Amino acid sequence: MIIDGYQARETTLPNEFNPNYLKLYYGKLFPHSDLFKWMCYGNDGKHPGCDPSYLSRREFSYTLDNDIYVRFQSFQNAAELESSIKDKCPFKIDIGPVYSVDPSKRHAYAQSGDNVFTPVERELIFDIDISDYDDVRYCCSGADVCLNCWPLMTIAIRVIDTALRDDFGFKHILWVFSGRRGVHCWVCDGKARKLTNEQRSSIADYFRVYKGNENSYKKVSLTGHVLHPFLAGAYSDVLKEFFETKLLTSQNLLSSEERFEKILEMIPDQSATAELRGKWQENRRSSIAKDDINVVRWEQLKQLVHSGKYKAQRLHRCVEEIVFSFTYPRLDMEVSKHMNHLLKAPFCVHPKTGRVCVPIDPNHCEEFDPTIVPTLSQLLEELNREGFTADVDGEWNKTSLGSAIGLFRSLFLQPLLEACKKEIETSYNAKLKHSKDLHSW
Amino acid sequence: MQVFPSHTHRNSSLNDAVSLPTIPLYRSAPPLEVRLEEFESFAIDRLRVLKGISDGLSRGKKPEEMATLVKDLWKANMRHQHASEVLNKDIISHFVLRLVYCRTEELRKWFLSIESALFRYRFCEQGAEAQRVIMEEFDLPYKATSNVEYESVKEKLVQVARSLGQNSSTVDAIYYKVPFEEVPELVAGRKVFLNQGWAYVAMNQVVSLLATLFRSQLSKALILTNRKWTSSIKEKEKHRLAPIVEALSSSYLGPDYSQPREYGEISLKDIDQVVKSSFPLCMRHLFEKLREDHHLKHGGRMQLGLFLKGVGLNLDDALAFWRAEFSKKVGLEKFEKEYAYNVRHSYGKEGKRTDYTPFSCQKIILSTPGAGDQHGCPYRHFSEENLRAALSRMGVNSRATEDVMNKVRNKHYQLACTLTFEAIHGMQCDAGINHPNQYFSDSQKIFQQKVDSSLKFVFKTNACEL
Ligand code: SF4
Ligand SMILES: [Zn+2]
Repeated sequence: MIIDGYQARETTLPNEFNPNYLKLYYGKLFPHSDLFKWMCYGNDGKHPGCDPSYLSRREFSYTLDNDIYVRFQSFQNAAELESSIKDKCPFKIDIGPVYSVDPSKRHAYAQSGDNVFTPVERELIFDIDISDYDDVRYCCSGADVCLNCWPLMTIAIRVIDTALRDDFGFKHILWVFSGRRGVHCWVCDGKARKLTNEQRSSIADYFRVYKGNENSYKKVSLTGHVLHPFLAGAYSDVLKEFFETKLLTSQNLLSSEERFEKILEMIPDQSATAELRGKWQENRRSSIAKDDINVVRWEQLKQLVHSGKYKAQRLHRCVEEIVFSFTYPRLDMEVSKHMNHLLKAPFCVHPKTGRVCVPIDPNHCEEFDPTIVPTLSQLLEELNREGFTADVDGEWNKTSLGSAIGLFRSLFLQPLLEACKKEIETSYNAKLKHSKDLHSW
Repeated sequence: MQVFPSHTHRNSSLNDAVSLPTIPLYRSAPPLEVRLEEFESFAIDRLRVLKGISDGLSRGKKPEEMATLVKDLWKANMRHQHASEVLNKDIISHFVLRLVYCRTEELRKWFLSIESALFRYRFCEQGAEAQRVIMEEFDLPYKATSNVEYESVKEKLVQVARSLGQNSSTVDAIYYKVPFEEVPELVAGRKVFLNQGWAYVAMNQVVSLLATLFRSQLSKALILTNRKWTSSIKEKEKHRLAPIVEALSSSYLGPDYSQPREYGEISLKDIDQVVKSSFPLCMRHLFEKLREDHHLKHGGRMQLGLFLKGVGLNLDDALAFWRAEFSKKVGLEKFEKEYAYNVRHSYGKEGKRTDYTPFSCQKIILSTPGAGDQHGCPYRHFSEENLRAALSRMGVNSRATEDVMNKVRNKHYQLACTLTFEAIHGMQCDAGINHPNQYFSDSQKIFQQKVDSSLKFVFKTNACEL
């Protein structure tokens, strides 16, 4: 109901990205102080063990209007960080590594010998993108994503998150919706931040099952008599069930000839594939009662492979290989392998979708729905509805961003900062003891 | 370690130390006196081994292939006519190369990774007893898992062993529990069971752990050597060791192509054809730029000019070639006055040979072209976009282009060039590309073979008809 022109404009913001809205968003909603707290890792405290230069050695990069890219921004304190973001109003904020020296002053150090300006700390990061799954999803392609293919991201989170915690012993892990077509993961434990490039690569490779070129995901090859405990766990706890109860039917993996041929290709026995092909082509018309055709065919495939009728080498592996090919997480390896890769900060707004990069709770990741993540215009609408108040801090509480920020704090930031505090104290005491020992000599 | 002029004799004090492990850990410089000539020749021998390993690794050789390669390289280069000197040679050459490779981050990185690889392969070649001695020397800070702990994870350990294709009956019973960060290779290959950040390393995997330790100790040592080098050695040895050290780090060990096999191997009239078929991208680019601008700056003239000399363009043809282009831009007179002399000079004087040797890939890759310069290695110095365009002009298909770009991203420029070579010629180039002139001659050889075999084919068909 339009009462007057002004009112109408205020309540029906067009559902798209707009620099003016972004300004408001950074001004009223963006959780500057949480970003600051996180990036300080406890070094903003009063404890004598704190490193006051820590934040200022961190690289931030901005993508501004017109695709202008500004690297090596750095900030001394919370106020500087906040006013810079509000002032520049970046379309995207990227977070880089912590360097040996303040990155904005790197040129001053450049002359004084080699290798002074170098990354010394960086979260271990992962980037998973749904567009890398195009050969196994039929509902969408490219940057598009729907509720039929999004669960591929969900199980990626479950597999990787479990291994990061159980196998590698990491605790402070943040999962973030990338705003459009994927998820980002930040592993923030002290020892994760200090990993060398070689160690990062080793973790990325631990997660890798795709053979050959890193950019071609075609072939999964599982060797050995049994699967490594990590893969075995991922298979039995997550992938198998997901494949059989969800993906098979939601993507109709075996319904048409074109699709089932893709799966038959992965069976390393010509006569076995011939038998299945014959059966399925015949069956095309006869309606198989209530049972889903994909499920029926999958059962037939498994039965045949395990019947012992065909003896091709590695045949027993192909069921697992098919499931892995269709469901196992596809990581962008290069992002994880190097310390100096930049990654978009949480709570940025994706310029194409207008959606906020909100955190995802890995314990309930199947509840996450990318299609209802708050958008910039929706948030401003909510804000307008509530009316602006003088009390600026906590404005987000009135919007649907509230729960996202709440999640960020309770699930991630608070436990992280507690751990950082302890770490700083312990290492300080150790140092103190060490120097005492030296004195007593 | 002290270095003496060649004629002095040294007393080898390590000879009777039989109990030393067969692979030294190079913890401290040996109390040895080294003859100046050995200083250099030992280092060159070891360098051949290291370069061989580096080539093998970057060509993606399998572990077994690498093991044989390393054994062969070591045998071929690290012998000494006196058996008693073999260990000394090993130690001396290592310490000389430390000096050579301590001086920049890039050099250190390379040396570190290749020496660690060398250590690993040598360790694996040792018998069980020798391995045990070396292990003790390392003084590992880890304890073997207790019985109770072993039993609690045994099932998983067996699972890992079986996933690696071992029989469960042969599964080790001694495991070390180590932070996963210390065994990156075992983690990368999923060769260990990981739990809460701990890797369970089987006795037979300990080499990986040792290699990591070896590496970190060497890494620290290199930093110290670098400090010593910059603070004192460099100045003190300005006239004696420093020049040798500096020359060693940029040394290219293949043939130097300074003497073209025969002049007139290519002549001016078919040069355009040959550029297309057999020039590596760096030279092709310079050539095309020259045709386009009728000019090249100094760096470009050197890189292309010496290459052409190596390829077999004789002096007269070379002069005609440069004259034809340059005179269009600067005029004939200026060419004769300012440029012709340099061309003659680069063909003439043998005295300063080093200056007039065609550039190796390594030298070209390490060059730093500035604004307006066209020289350098396109795989290193072009933007991704320009490189892609150049590759497609050379006729490299899109699949091969991706492989090339992949190598480029990993900074394996010569391998990228090798892949380009292979894509264009449809043939393997096992030796890899190390020198633009080698690229040229390998390419020519392939075309020659093709011509030969097609001749044979013609002959055969003719014979049949007869
Ligand atoms: S690798 Fe060597 S031959 Fe190939 S383009 Fe680079 S410098 Fe030239
Ligand atoms: Zn979809």
